[in-house]
Amino acid sequence: MEGLRGLLVDLAVIAIFIGGIAQFRTPAGARKGNLTAALAFAIALALLFYRNTIGHMWIVVTAFIVGGGLGYIVSARIGMTRIPALVAFQNGAGGGAACLVSFVELTRGGTDFLAAREVFGYVGLVVGGATLAGSIVAGGKLAGWLRQRPVTLPGHNVALFAFLAAVTTLAILSGGVRDGVGAALTAGIAVAALFLGALFAVRIGGADMPVLISFLNTCSGLAAAFVGVAVGNQMLIAAGAMVGSSGLILTLVMARAMNRRAGSILAGSRLLDASASELDTEVEAPFLADAAVSEASRPSSSPVASADPPVLRARRALARAASVVIVPGYGMAVAQAQRDVAALAAELEKAGKLVRFAVHPVAGRMPGHMHVLLAEAEVDYDKLFEMEAINDDFASTDVALVVGACDVVNPAAMNVENTPISGMPILRVYEAATVIVCNLDDKPGYSGVPNPLYDDPRTIMLLGDAKDTVRELSAGQD
Amino acid sequence: MGEIGLMLSIFAVTSAVSYLLISRVPQRLHTPLMSFTNAISAVTILGALLIFSHEPSSLGSLPSPSVAEAVLGGLAITLAAFNLFGGFAVTDRMTEMFKR
Repeated sequence: MEGLRGLLVDLAVIAIFIGGIAQFRTPAGARKGNLTAALAFAIALALLFYRNTIGHMWIVVTAFIVGGGLGYIVSARIGMTRIPALVAFQNGAGGGAACLVSFVELTRGGTDFLAAREVFGYVGLVVGGATLAGSIVAGGKLAGWLRQRPVTLPGHNVALFAFLAAVTTLAILSGGVRDGVGAALTAGIAVAALFLGALFAVRIGGADMPVLISFLNTCSGLAAAFVGVAVGNQMLIAAGAMVGSSGLILTLVMARAMNRRAGSILAGSRLLDASASELDTEVEAPFLADAAVSEASRPSSSPVASADPPVLRARRALARAASVVIVPGYGMAVAQAQRDVAALAAELEKAGKLVRFAVHPVAGRMPGHMHVLLAEAEVDYDKLFEMEAINDDFASTDVALVVGACDVVNPAAMNVENTPISGMPILRVYEAATVIVCNLDDKPGYSGVPNPLYDDPRTIMLLGDAKDTVRELSAGQD
Repeated sequence: MGEIGLMLSIFAVTSAVSYLLISRVPQRLHTPLMSFTNAISAVTILGALLIFSHEPSSLGSLPSPSVAEAVLGGLAITLAAFNLFGGFAVTDRMTEMFKR
């Protein structure tokens, strides 16, 4: 009976967690949902201390304060441009914790494990370890510590399978072994899992990062759930399942938004049949924009059809426009131009124009990246429109202003066959009367497919650091 | 095996319910959703804390942890607590920014 009561209490706490998720419909609801889940977490912790006598309190409390304090400080200070990296590292921390708990449970003496539970323990160990290493690689790329370009080693697939085989073999060997040899074998599994994760993540990069980061999110949840089965904790299982589902949905949404299969992206399919040199054209500016790059590549006065410099023509187009749709992309994040874009939008609005933002689902480096950037820059939430909601309006829009986006506005996706982006739904900016493009350069985007929009006579190209070009536009709107 | 069956049922039901609920989360809340779920996945901290449990738990009677186990358990608590506080705090910040 005691067991049943405990189970019911656990299920009640799980229900509160689910109640938190259910409120994620609107920003205000999401905030309440977040607090609801935090409350459920507090109850779960209190229950644990009520039901068990926890020893070594000084270690427990110190670890709690150090980890929690660090997490809180980082979260309170971090700018929204660095959120993708933070989320990647959070995925890693979740995986790492699951890996460590599995390791201790699998190796400690005196534990009498059911065989089935032990299997879950090993799976949790491997998935957790792989998630940790994969997330460190992903976070390193997103933070600009590693190059974002995908890296494929010779025999990459063979190496992946070799590590997978090693992990499986070691798990079979160490199963049921509870002595020093068992511990050594289990440690070997953890190390192999780390290599597995790093190898997996290193060959995914650039615009495919949203899929990778979502997938790692799934894995961190699954690792927690597997550990939950191993240690027999229902809350761990349920919470892991929630996170796993959420990450899975995001993975599929991101892949669908690129008209590609999640599986092939994660298997490192390179997008490109095009030459490797074209791949090199991806903007490799470090995550935090650096001035050197922008200075070096600011032609600004490239001769176009009209005699007037493009900046003047762009200002005129904006001054005449009654409706403007702004399309932000990863380039805006790199240039940290979100506040300048927001300021320009505010000025245009003050001049009585209809100003809206159109956000492609995979713009940026993680799901929802552009939304948090613009929210931080205090752009009103009602002005952000998703692709389906605004795509039909481009035809009646006077100016489409593209800031640091390329592939997501590339008409080649619709009318050229056999390119990496063929069939990808795009924002139809080319339907607008005038298109202003504030990109660093006129090279193809991550996909390597040249953008015919750039050569359209209705397009005005303002090349250079988006922060500067957007400010120049702004300066003309007095 | 009854116990495993119960656990797998909880996994299946929670996955299905979450899938239905999260499918309806709008695109603009996807980043907060991720940091939110990262906070939730910090429940691994419960498993980490149980490493330090003295009393009979569902695993049977556990001895006090060895030094190595205590170090690894402490590290697990640190990582999970980073997610716990960081995840909830940054989600709160983001959703608050959106409210304007």
